[in-house]
Amino acid sequence: MLSNCHRTTMNAATSRQNSTKLWMLTLVAGIAALMQMQCVSGVEFTFDLADNAEDCFYEEIKRNTSAYFEFQVSAGGQLDVDVTLKDPQGKIIYEQKRSTFDSYQFVAETSGVYTACFGNQFSAFSHKIVYVDFQVGEEPALPGVDEHATVLTQMETSSQAIHKSLNDILDAQTHHRLREAQGRKRADELNHRVMIWSTLETASMVLIGVALIIILRNFFTDRKPSQVHYGRL
Amino acid sequence: MRNQFICVALLLCALNSACGLYFHISETERKCFIEEVPDETTVIVNYKVELYDPRSNGFMPSSPGIGMHVEVRDSDDKVILSRVYSSQGRISFTSHTPGEHVICMYSNSTAWFSGAQLRVHLDIQVGEHAIDYANVAQKEKLTELQLRIRQLLDQVDQITKEQNYQRYREERFRHTSESTNSRVLWWSLAQTVVLVCMGFWQMRHLKSFFEAKKLV
Repeated sequence: MLSNCHRTTMNAATSRQNSTKLWMLTLVAGIAALMQMQCVSGVEFTFDLADNAEDCFYEEIKRNTSAYFEFQVSAGGQLDVDVTLKDPQGKIIYEQKRSTFDSYQFVAETSGVYTACFGNQFSAFSHKIVYVDFQVGEEPALPGVDEHATVLTQMETSSQAIHKSLNDILDAQTHHRLREAQGRKRADELNHRVMIWSTLETASMVLIGVALIIILRNFFTDRKPSQVHYGRL
Repeated sequence: MRNQFICVALLLCALNSACGLYFHISETERKCFIEEVPDETTVIVNYKVELYDPRSNGFMPSSPGIGMHVEVRDSDDKVILSRVYSSQGRISFTSHTPGEHVICMYSNSTAWFSGAQLRVHLDIQVGEHAIDYANVAQKEKLTELQLRIRQLLDQVDQITKEQNYQRYREERFRHTSESTNSRVLWWSLAQTVVLVCMGFWQMRHLKSFFEAKKLV
């Protein structure tokens, strides 16, 4: 979105030498283009949710725009998180308690700010790594592609189909990457724990062995007068 | 006229960039995002910060004086970018090692306590999403179909990179599992040896002790 802005100002800079007539034209065209442009945005990110915390993200969605929301916990505790999605009136449109992965598609009924909150209040020690994918509206078309509304050639339809499938592949890859991250983090943890536990176990075995001998020796040495008694046994 | 146009353009830009995801942080808070990317992948972060205005009970669209400190660390915890930007910025970096890149943002405010609320608009684009196709079409003079194919190529490229990264991660995963496996094996052997040694030593020690005490 900012890049668009940048371009507009670039336009402004380059056409400075041109006549005012051209200026008017650019102005009108620019405004028209910006008006036409819908608030399309898609953002995916991963963040660290601290223990006992709640993090909220806001997104402005226009009426009748479809939105896709997906989350996945990739590390921390039991891999669970509370998720709520609220509409501009504060009504809960989607809620999940202590879940690891889910996706939700909805069409905005009213324009306004939608809120997605991630809660970790139930866990006092473990922080969570949460992946979020929030896509609003359709994917922006390539520049110059949808300007003329003609029938698509076979080449164009197939390229569109390939584009869709490639997008699906990328999504699947992301999903698998996160699943793999879950497994890998578990394995790392296991490796670490095996290491610590084995060291502790060895140390305790040696300690107990030595302690046993010392205690046993004490049974026989401490009570000197009763040595005869033991001797009879 | 020119000034007017620039004003309009800036206004529209401001309106335009106001959409997208946003969240609130306090002035002294630090917010980090993690992007797991393959190597040689471009990541573009666009952000805009607005300061809470108690008078109007809203957020000021532009807040001069507020700067954001942005820090990017790669998977080896090496800083690859650390700079102070103004209240609105565009950061772009290319990963050289695959892995988790952590992008941290905090304001340069000097407030001692939590201070005022900040609203941060954020947009992160990774890989082929970060490519500005309007620019590409203009620069390389591509037709519509060529541009479509170009996009497909970029996507396939991204998928290949991702798969290479997947292979790398699988290797690392396998390495961890093998390490666990060998540790368990060696530890069980070591434990047996320790147990036998311990028992042997205990018997010998007790025997000599009892003999010395004339108990047996």
